[in-house]
Amino acid sequence: MIRLFANANYDFIRWRRWAYGLTAAIILPGFSLFLVRGLNYSIEFTGGTLIQVHTPAPVGSERLRHALDAAGIRDAEIQQFGAPNEFVIRARVGTESTEGSTEATAAAVDSALARELGLAPEHYNIVRTEAVGPKVGRELQGKAFLAIFCSFIVTLIYLAFRFEWRFGLAAVLATFHDILTTIAFIRYLDLEVSLVVVGAVLTMVGYSLNDTIIIFDRVRENLRKFRRQNLYEILNLSINETLPRSVLTHGTTMATTIALVLLAGEVLRPFALVMTFAIFTGTFSSIYIAAPLLMAIEKRWPGEDARGARVFRGMESVAPEPRPRQPQPTR
Amino acid sequence: MSTIRSRLLLIAGLLVLSVWQLMPTNVTERVPDKTTGRMKDTTVRRVPIDLGLDLQGGIHLALEVDQSKGPVPDCADAIQRAERVVRTRIDEFGTTEPVVQIQGRCRLIVELAGEKDPARAKSIVQRTAFLEFRITDMKNVFRDALPEIDKALRRAGVKAPGQAAPAATVTQLFGTDTAKAKGKAAKAKAAAKDTSDANAPGPLASVLFQSPSNIPGEFLVPEEQVPVAESLLVRPDVERLVPRGIEFKWGTEVLSRAGRSYRTLYAVEDRPIITGEYLQDAKATRDQLTNQSVVNFVLSRRGGRVFERETGRHVNDFMAIILDGRVQGQPPVIKSQIGQRGQIELGAKPLQDAQDLALVLKAGALPAPLAIIEERTIGPSLGQDSIKDGIRAGVVGVVLVVLIMIGYYRLSGALAVAALALYVVFTLAGLAGFGFTLTLPGLAGLVLSVGIAVDANVLIFERIREELQHGKLVRTAVDEGFKHAMSAIIDSNVSTALTAFILYLVGTGPVQGFAITLIIGIAASMVTAIFVVRTFYMIWLDRRPDMVTLSV
Repeated sequence: MIRLFANANYDFIRWRRWAYGLTAAIILPGFSLFLVRGLNYSIEFTGGTLIQVHTPAPVGSERLRHALDAAGIRDAEIQQFGAPNEFVIRARVGTESTEGSTEATAAAVDSALARELGLAPEHYNIVRTEAVGPKVGRELQGKAFLAIFCSFIVTLIYLAFRFEWRFGLAAVLATFHDILTTIAFIRYLDLEVSLVVVGAVLTMVGYSLNDTIIIFDRVRENLRKFRRQNLYEILNLSINETLPRSVLTHGTTMATTIALVLLAGEVLRPFALVMTFAIFTGTFSSIYIAAPLLMAIEKRWPGEDARGARVFRGMESVAPEPRPRQPQPTR
Repeated sequence: MSTIRSRLLLIAGLLVLSVWQLMPTNVTERVPDKTTGRMKDTTVRRVPIDLGLDLQGGIHLALEVDQSKGPVPDCADAIQRAERVVRTRIDEFGTTEPVVQIQGRCRLIVELAGEKDPARAKSIVQRTAFLEFRITDMKNVFRDALPEIDKALRRAGVKAPGQAAPAATVTQLFGTDTAKAKGKAAKAKAAAKDTSDANAPGPLASVLFQSPSNIPGEFLVPEEQVPVAESLLVRPDVERLVPRGIEFKWGTEVLSRAGRSYRTLYAVEDRPIITGEYLQDAKATRDQLTNQSVVNFVLSRRGGRVFERETGRHVNDFMAIILDGRVQGQPPVIKSQIGQRGQIELGAKPLQDAQDLALVLKAGALPAPLAIIEERTIGPSLGQDSIKDGIRAGVVGVVLVVLIMIGYYRLSGALAVAALALYVVFTLAGLAGFGFTLTLPGLAGLVLSVGIAVDANVLIFERIREELQHGKLVRTAVDEGFKHAMSAIIDSNVSTALTAFILYLVGTGPVQGFAITLIIGIAASMVTAIFVVRTFYMIWLDRRPDMVTLSV
């Protein structure tokens, strides 16, 4: 029988300051870069035109650039999309542009390509076009923010309902941390932020919260069982007890996201990359952020008990187990 | 034992239901006919999962009322008119199952799966609506000319389509409502007989059936014969013989009688008595006294004068309401001379029909110019590549998950994998059953949810291992494992489902597809991971009651 990390007894909480430092080292540069330069939003959000061109034989991006320059399309961005004969041309809506210009851009790009490469479809093939008016883009931006905000509120309400507020606060702060690291990650890789990527971020919120909940669920249970141990020990015990599950579940989920990154094609890649990172950060934050935060919160606003013991409310009815399980050495 | 049996029955029931949902069924699709280029209904056998535009290729358009040429005060009203107009043009797109729907208040979404030419699609959507009223063929001049036409067709070697029932019997089939109708049906029967030379109906007469409503100039054409009728009517030798001043317009209504569906075809005058530009307003109401649905309409002063003159000449005639060349609803009879204000009575028909007609009239009166605010075109090859890549990634991902689970949990892992197979079937059946669309992000969601779906089993198995380690008996350990893992499973799944639900509410097309697959996946994984795996354990423990060690 394979057993990974069975009866593990690592002192996770001790490393919390290092964890804070590490996460700050990831977030701060990425986030300040985000504040300065923003993110690489897809045209869904900015408005504009996207044209994906497929050519039978690889043509260099210089030729495409030359074609567009000749047609006077200056501010278009050309990007190789996976294979060397697959390109994406993006023209974002400038301030002077009007609603109708997105379509005109698509037509102009088409004729420019025809002039440079020869007539479609023998010489090139437009496999995808998207033209989004700036109004739709603005709406979508609002919607995306609304979605992230709403998911916070709803999960907060759910946590408040299922857990004590200290748990809920710690879980939400840890999730917030995940959003920050994910933004930094997206910024570092300069991934294009489309609505699907926002979807990945939202899924990450759910997944990370899920992970935190699994550990907190165990903390809740252990608090009832071992009344004499302090929170530090209980947190460590709970994390160690749930460690095999964490390894397994993250392993299976990671297997699927990595399969998506490598095999599911260019369109889904940003989504899959963000999901893969989300599993990292979700796991990390559940252990190193959520649990220590719970301890900090508990220290700041201690839960009260009639006997003055460090307990959370609503657990008096449960009889404590006489002897706490002794932590066993790792094999 | 009995609990095991009832559990197995429930699982088998769910499985049968799912497989039944996923069985290739006969789906009626409107596809362009290869020979005529017109639309026709065909029956295709396929797995009933709808693919999104990003997977099958096509065009997505979002439109709003164009305000640049002058403000439109009520955009919601205008977009309803526009939607009604685009709907009547649905066949022109030449694609299977076009989607035309209003999103929010003032936005129209048009989705054309498989369409490749955005310019053509846009011109169809943006074309200005044209409304006209025309008098139907009151003197039945076309019907009287039918024998001549059929004679000419026979000479040209055109044979009547074989499977058509003889006209007379179908006329009888329809004409049994009232005594009056019966009398007229008999007359129609005689007329139908007239058209045939030697008892055999002619090529054209055999596809045109007298309608039960007995509106002069109205014919019913069996749905499958529509292309035949269309091709016959445009033949030069037929056109020459069609009486002067008569044109043909297809109706929008599809009637089904005795298991067959029919389209209406109207022989109408080639000159409208009035056009939409003279219309000012139309409103649907329900008459309180008679409890009938009516549409009141108002014409301009000049239109009123024209209409008064024309209706005066056509009292007791039927007036076809034609939008974009399609006759809308059943032509009403002109009861008396009408001036600036008129009323169309729809009798006992629901108010909805009256509202629809009012919308048609208004669409003709106040065309709503549409501006395209979003356009997406996905080539069919890209969609196929996406499906191929998505499935490949999915297969690899699932194989990895299976290897991890069986390698780590051995027999118990195999149980979880068996449950996982059920999970995939259930999730796909859920998509098919609720009629949700599978999109590319949805495919990703499906693959991702396979990884997440085993989490519940991992939680349970780890719990069982712990209980076993505490020296509990196998049976107790399994029971306790399931019991203790439950709260964590429920909490974590609910939190994921909540975020997916928000994503569904906020997202558009493809992202909604992702959210839906995630939600269905979570629901299905709860069933398989908890209920199904538990049942497997029960069977296992039942067979080996003396089991001391558990393969977990």
